[in-house]
Amino acid sequence: MLTITDLTTSYGPVRALDSVDMTVEAGRITAVLGANGAGKTSLLRTVSGLVRPSSGTITLDGTDITGAPVESMVHRGMAHVPEGRGVIAELTVEENLRLGARGAAKRPSDAPAPVRTLDDAYQLFPVLGDRRSAQAHTLSGGERQMLVIARALLARPTLLLLDEPSLGLAPRIVAQIFDLIRTLVADSGLTVLLVEQNARSALSIAHTGVVLNLGKVVVTESAEVLRNDTALRHSYLGF
Amino acid sequence: MSTDTTAKRLLDLNLTRSLLISLGVLLVGVLLLESTDRYTNTQLSSLTYYAIAAIGLTALTGLNGQISLGHGALMAVGAYTTALLLDTESPLPFPVVALAAVVVTSVVGFVVGIGAARLHGPYLAGATLALAVALPSVALYFKGTFNGEVGLTVASPRPPEWFVSFIDAVSGEFATSSKYVAYLGLFCLVVALFFALNLRRSKVGRHWRAVRDQEVAAEIAGINLGRTRVQAFVISAAYAGLAGAVMAVVVRLAAPSAFTIVLSLSLLTAAVIGGLGSITGAFIGAAVLVFLPPWVTSLSTGSGLSDTQAAQMSPFIYGIVLVLVMLLAPGGVMGTLSTAWRRARLRRLHPATPTQKG
Repeated sequence: MLTITDLTTSYGPVRALDSVDMTVEAGRITAVLGANGAGKTSLLRTVSGLVRPSSGTITLDGTDITGAPVESMVHRGMAHVPEGRGVIAELTVEENLRLGARGAAKRPSDAPAPVRTLDDAYQLFPVLGDRRSAQAHTLSGGERQMLVIARALLARPTLLLLDEPSLGLAPRIVAQIFDLIRTLVADSGLTVLLVEQNARSALSIAHTGVVLNLGKVVVTESAEVLRNDTALRHSYLGF
Repeated sequence: MSTDTTAKRLLDLNLTRSLLISLGVLLVGVLLLESTDRYTNTQLSSLTYYAIAAIGLTALTGLNGQISLGHGALMAVGAYTTALLLDTESPLPFPVVALAAVVVTSVVGFVVGIGAARLHGPYLAGATLALAVALPSVALYFKGTFNGEVGLTVASPRPPEWFVSFIDAVSGEFATSSKYVAYLGLFCLVVALFFALNLRRSKVGRHWRAVRDQEVAAEIAGINLGRTRVQAFVISAAYAGLAGAVMAVVVRLAAPSAFTIVLSLSLLTAAVIGGLGSITGAFIGAAVLVFLPPWVTSLSTGSGLSDTQAAQMSPFIYGIVLVLVMLLAPGGVMGTLSTAWRRARLRRLHPATPTQKG
């Protein structure tokens, strides 16, 4: 589905990503793990076009999308859930969702999608339905994360990029969100590229894990292997 | 399916609401124009073009987060276009001329907007300030067309037959040309208001607000930031163009001295005093702009100041009002009112719990 070849991204003299090679297989959850500053967020930002890579290529379903404008990604079937709950604070919950739904307008109508209408979104996240005309800045952290995920799903993506969905959330909410991601993938064939610092939770739902350290890929393994490799867990994943 | 119908119903509700408000303003406008003297009529005509421009600016700044210190210059584009088009043996009807002014100003706004879309905050203010300073001097440079410092006198549109009989029926008075112009201003204001009321809740307005609040989230949702900013600038410029067209026929003159940086700053302060992003606020700000200076002047003369001193009082008071609003009510009149209203409602709903401060 998504192939990243020799990808390097720099912020001035700092190399955030250093010749990264990885693939994300369709219908699976690929988790990118690593410590702060490992380059996880830079990877997602480069894939979705928010940052331009200095070299390397990104292909989505065989099409080269390197350097394509961010706003075109949603029409290619890629939805990005940014770090720190990218809700639009002054807009209401419903208005936020409508922004997501507009992305779906140019997607083929037969694309498999778990969330097609606002009602689907409210069914999936009843909390959002209860607060549909509240301004997004009045939501709690967990509700915001749900709102952003719902907004991303309404664009009917085939590939969902999730950046630290667990950040700053209570363990119970984290479990709820991760459960939801697992179910969505199992039921609808959605592909997920998940970036997480919370390696334990991420590996509990991922099929494959990619460990980044200082911008380089150090390990690519099945989640099963990573879960059981104590040495690796200790040195890179901190659990 | 059901969301689609809900959306349609909401849209209809919104349209109906905007239509009713606009018609209400039209009615109040007619009543005001017919119940006040000639001098107040002229002031009300000024109010219409200030309000149109302030609404356009509040849409740009309030909904899209862009600042413009160049809207006075954009009004000049509209005013000169109107002056040139009316300066013939048999001029086109005013609505057509006003539409042309809107189109020409939008084109200028498009060019400026392309530059503006790349700039933020103080840089955008600086760039649009340059526009405000530079554009009036175009009139000085092309003396042949724009008649330099003196400017172009604007032929006042003649009131048509039906208008004369309408005024006769309403108040039994004779419809003068300045009365007709006041009605033209009112009509333009109502049209401008109707579009602005719909803008906020429409898809376009939603995108503008998304770009203002959270660029990254808006981009990720598939919104082209640059295109949205240019769009906001063009629509705002269209408002300035319409305001300029009305101003030309009200003042009957399009001269560089009327479109200095002072005008641009006044429009921005009008939007800020009223409350950024609020259309009612734009009205209040425009009213302050029109009615405060003469009121202060007459008050000063009344309390024994000389004419010169009295004339100097009004910009002074205007400045003080602006400083006070910024200090005491940074949300402007409407922002402060809506916060107060929300707090009062909160207290009514939960009398036991203390309301949050700030």
